[in-house]
Amino acid sequence: MHMADALISPAVGGTMLATTAGVAAYSIKKLQNELDEKKIPLMGVMGAFVFAAQMINFSIPGTGSSGHLGGGMLLAILLGPYAGFLTMASILLIQALFFGDGGLLAYGCNVFNLGFYTCFIAYPFIYKWITRKGVTSKRIFAGSMASALVALQLGAFSVVLETLLSRKTELPFEKFVLLMQPIHLAIGIVEGLVTAAIITFVWRARPDILEKAANEEAFGNISMKKVLTALSIAVVVVGGLFSWFASANPDGLEWSIEKTAGTAELEAPDGIHETLSEIQSKTALLPDYDFKASENEKTAGQAENAWPAVNAGTSVSGIVGGALTLALAVFTGWGIMLIKRKKIKTTA
Amino acid sequence: MRLLDDLARKETFIHRIHPLIKLLTTVVYLTVVVSFERYEIIGLLPFIFYPILIFAFAELPVAPILKMILLIEPFIIGIGILNPLFDHSKVLFGGIAISKGWVTFLSILIKCSLTVTASILLIATTGMDRFAAALRMLKIPKIFVLQLLLTYRYISVLIEEVSRMIRAYSLRALGQKGLKWSAWGSFAGQILLRTFERAERVYQAMNLRGFTGEYYTGDIAKLSFQDLAYFAGWSLFFIIARIYNIPILIGSLFTGVMR
Repeated sequence: MHMADALISPAVGGTMLATTAGVAAYSIKKLQNELDEKKIPLMGVMGAFVFAAQMINFSIPGTGSSGHLGGGMLLAILLGPYAGFLTMASILLIQALFFGDGGLLAYGCNVFNLGFYTCFIAYPFIYKWITRKGVTSKRIFAGSMASALVALQLGAFSVVLETLLSRKTELPFEKFVLLMQPIHLAIGIVEGLVTAAIITFVWRARPDILEKAANEEAFGNISMKKVLTALSIAVVVVGGLFSWFASANPDGLEWSIEKTAGTAELEAPDGIHETLSEIQSKTALLPDYDFKASENEKTAGQAENAWPAVNAGTSVSGIVGGALTLALAVFTGWGIMLIKRKKIKTTA
Repeated sequence: MRLLDDLARKETFIHRIHPLIKLLTTVVYLTVVVSFERYEIIGLLPFIFYPILIFAFAELPVAPILKMILLIEPFIIGIGILNPLFDHSKVLFGGIAISKGWVTFLSILIKCSLTVTASILLIATTGMDRFAAALRMLKIPKIFVLQLLLTYRYISVLIEEVSRMIRAYSLRALGQKGLKWSAWGSFAGQILLRTFERAERVYQAMNLRGFTGEYYTGDIAKLSFQDLAYFAGWSLFFIIARIYNIPILIGSLFTGVMR
């Protein structure tokens, strides 16, 4: 469910980073008010626990397959929403940096999809509500199951929205939703079962741990009404931002459109184009082959923004130029390494 | 992970660049690469210069890092591979008809490789401690940074512990795939309880050493002219490569010359 940088646009990534930073700042403020510095090592080590627990294969009875723990609900239940959210955020940062699992630009999306829904929606409104009259193993099961399912469905739906708003894939909305939601229903069931099993065990062995986390008010003294108002304002603002970005340019936030053919910019009255075409008209046997074609293409590109027509002329230069760029890059790198090695040898 | 730790301890020109500068350069790089539209392939190629130069200057081993990157690719292929299924419209490229879906797929694949490489290279040349210091300079609250460092520090400890438990379990459960249903709670729960106790000990140890909630990053030199030049140079290159399609320029020059 981690989104990669390659699938999002800067606008979506930036908006989600800002949103996540806001939620994180709020959580940090809440934690500071509690002045519970004992929680810092606990959060740190629990983050590492979730990492390590992801190695465990939970074999699913009767299917022959196995599932893994995501950990968002577990963190929310054991640490409370604020500490849980921050712990999830640091887990995701380490995954992005060290494993390339989810990216730095997509970081905001990932923290929101995996941390916000678990800690600030599913935990306070579902898990806490189910266990409000005291904890029993049945209530733990129902609460973990329902909250894991809801959190994962919301998270998966966000992935769909964020991907579509970024316009990086061609997946149609309905098909993407039909693909994502059922998969995450299955993942949610496994997540709910594993979370319930672990929480029940901890509750039997060390009930004090659960009590401590449960005593913490999810939203302090803030009333439910205020929370819902704030959420709906956020939805309107974010939605407005997205649609503004989306309508500013029909094809997302891309600066220019005819990039595949690489034409529009060449028409700009810059020195580069003129010098190049000068050199070219001096050297080329078919001087008009390329740039004339580009001009035709510009109009073609304007007519159909989404897909600039690629003709043979630019394709050939594209392939040749691409190959040369790659060769040059590899050669440069190789050259530097050779020189460096030589230096080491001479100094040694 | 240990490999990246070791690599971050090297002393090269790239390693000595200010961590904040490297973080910002990476962010600019990612933003520019990701800003390309979905059909772009050729314009993305110049961006391979950035990882290659870092590999070369920072004296990083290519094979193990490439292996890490390849491990990630299946995820992105999973989503990207659906593109050819949904977009069958054809486009002529160099006289060959290709479906647009494959073009987007390739574009996503290149973007993914570049962005994943950039993130891993950032940490391989910076290291977690200096990265955390850069976060502090960006005014990220210390609670988060401290907690991030602790998580990072304990991952390898807990992973070792969990893999010992998994080995012990699988030696006693021949032919069984994964953890059986009835042991789910107790297996993971035991580790969790130990984790809680460990956290308590860690906290006591921190207190004994005078922990007051403050986090010290040690010496990080101030921004030098070299750092700023590094940032400005790369940003300029990224922006130029974003605006001008360099391979096409080179290509049209050379196809011209050859004819």
